[in-house]
Amino acid sequence: MKFKTFAAFVGPSVFMMLLFIAAPLVSVFIQSFQVTQPILEQVEVETCTPGFLTQTCTTEIKTVPILDENGKMITETQWVGLQSYRNVLQMDKFWAAVGNGSWNQIMQIDFWKALRFTLSFTLLTLPLVIGVGLAIALAVNNATRSIRGPIIFISLLPFIITPVIGSLSIYWLFVGDGILTTMMERWTGTNISMFAQAWTIELLMYFYRVWHVAPFAFVIFYAGLQTVNMDTLESAVIDGASRWERLRHVIVPHLMPLIIFIALIHLMDCYRVFDEIVGFRSQAHVISLQWLTFDFMTPDDAGNRAMSRASASSMLTMIGIVILLILPLRRTWRDHKGSAH
Amino acid sequence: MSTPKAMQQPLALRLSSGTFLAIWCLLAAFPIFWIAVMSFKSPVDAFADSAWDVILGPATRAGGDGLSVLDVIFGLVVLYFAIRWAFTRLPGWVRHYCPPGLIALGWLVGALVYAIAFVLIFLGLLPMILGALNGILGPLGTPVLGMTTEHYVAVWAENEFYRNFLNSMLVTAGVVTISLTVGTLAGYGLARSGSDLAFWLLIVALVFRALPHSVLVAGYLPVFINSSEILAPIFGEGAPTLYGQPWAVIAVLVSINQPFTIWMLRSFFQNIPAELDEAARVDGCSHFQAFRRVIMPVMWPGVITTGLFSFLLGYNDFLVTALLLDAQNQTMVPAIAGYFNRETTTTDQVEAVAAAVSITAPLFLLVMVFQRQIVSGLTAGAVKG
Repeated sequence: MKFKTFAAFVGPSVFMMLLFIAAPLVSVFIQSFQVTQPILEQVEVETCTPGFLTQTCTTEIKTVPILDENGKMITETQWVGLQSYRNVLQMDKFWAAVGNGSWNQIMQIDFWKALRFTLSFTLLTLPLVIGVGLAIALAVNNATRSIRGPIIFISLLPFIITPVIGSLSIYWLFVGDGILTTMMERWTGTNISMFAQAWTIELLMYFYRVWHVAPFAFVIFYAGLQTVNMDTLESAVIDGASRWERLRHVIVPHLMPLIIFIALIHLMDCYRVFDEIVGFRSQAHVISLQWLTFDFMTPDDAGNRAMSRASASSMLTMIGIVILLILPLRRTWRDHKGSAH
Repeated sequence: MSTPKAMQQPLALRLSSGTFLAIWCLLAAFPIFWIAVMSFKSPVDAFADSAWDVILGPATRAGGDGLSVLDVIFGLVVLYFAIRWAFTRLPGWVRHYCPPGLIALGWLVGALVYAIAFVLIFLGLLPMILGALNGILGPLGTPVLGMTTEHYVAVWAENEFYRNFLNSMLVTAGVVTISLTVGTLAGYGLARSGSDLAFWLLIVALVFRALPHSVLVAGYLPVFINSSEILAPIFGEGAPTLYGQPWAVIAVLVSINQPFTIWMLRSFFQNIPAELDEAARVDGCSHFQAFRRVIMPVMWPGVITTGLFSFLLGYNDFLVTALLLDAQNQTMVPAIAGYFNRETTTTDQVEAVAAAVSITAPLFLLVMVFQRQIVSGLTAGAVKG
């Protein structure tokens, strides 16, 4: 295919990606070093209250934003260097906490709290998703042919449901005296409230994420299981391999590329965990990096959005993504070079 | 097919794998089933302590909304046949009454007519007949199962949830059409070009796919809010403010979705033999003509599958639509967050549950109709690499 035709085919798509993905990235990068604020001026205001004989007058100096002829605030944009990053990272507090050796104090700072949750969320759910997905795939592969269709249908439901709604549906089972909380209270005989402390919320979030993503892993593993070489399996049986050894040495190596694929997709998706925070309404206890950025961007009571801090925190999130992707990308690059020669 | 003796499994293993499957199915379906049950009960029942009370709904029944044994049986029978005929009879009717060449339109009209007929019979005709029957039959006709649709009426009619529904449909339809149009062209180009440039485009797309959406929205927001000032030199007085415009959100979602779309469509196009378009080229077609006349007729399975995933992205999105749309143009998923803020009484909570079920119902239908395409789409990306 000639370059011109190739460009004509790919052009619209590349244009959209450049305009709406690459350009915003650059602008976020620039924004993170800037602060936009209304220009303030100090005005001397004299307020008088009626009094006997003379009025009582006080003068005070007030800070008010300058308005333009339309009554809008005039804003100015300043370069502040790394100030926004400092506001997000709060390194002084962080080092003070490290000096005290106090983990709890570090967890008081929003950014570090979000980072801790995002990382443990990503790393803890990964093996669970792969394990549960593989287990379901093996079990379905064992089942009689006629019930496989309905099982796949039911399994797809958690995957396809709107993430916010999915986490809400689990939230409603446990909130207040939801039926599952009541059931657990009856078993343990203690009063349980699942949404009063961070660790129970986190447990529910892990459960939700595994529930939501395991079907995806299951479908892919199930497709992979259909292509396992039966001859290898049979010769393994003849060599006296037990069921476990066959799984360990024949099936898992066969599925390895799929496991890596799922791990990669899962890392990408988990790192931007967000909908759970909304669904479980956990912002008082547990927050994630993406939620932190979202929170900076949501207008506060005065209608201001903390754009520069949002940009700084999203650039910090980006660094995590780059670290996450370096290894797989280097591998792809080596594969590509290897295939070229 | 008989399995070789050595491959046969001991009973214990088969039992445990069966049990595991049963538990998984229960886990997978239960939360969704449960919110569906809750949404039909009065608030006292919906948040009752005992599961049995939630299912039977004594308070709802006491409030005068209940179903008798007869209602339940008739309702289930009608529901069963409605679903069965949708899969067995409906395709035949569509093929019979639809002029050839307009089959896609025929399906849309057919499904719509079928849905309207179902709603008329199920919610209009059936209650009338059963109401009369219940009065005659005595014990069989007394309500045993509390059930009310008042929350749905409240959500859809009083809270004007249909506005959010229409906005959701507008955004989703826009996302699906545009991302497929742009994506098929790019996917075809990438699949047929073995150049380094194509490889690098795909890698960059992979990196873009990993970006958290909030990073991108942080880039859009200031520009979108001030866009009428920024664009004024180009468009003059009529420069639009992009913030709150559905079509701006469509463009954003399409671009966010592009990396995934082109990866998926590329893997579908690679399965279409290149000899096909080479033959067309030999016969004197240009690349575009070959694409239009030869590839387009055979590419529909891949396009439908990719379209489904674009639909899911547009429909399920919370972050982008919550930040870039104003209250007037809000779609369904962010609108449900509005219920949290008002959620003071239990009635509000059950209304939120009903809204959540309303959002889930179309997805449920989608899985029912397109299960095979979804599975093939999930596997296409992974298994073929």
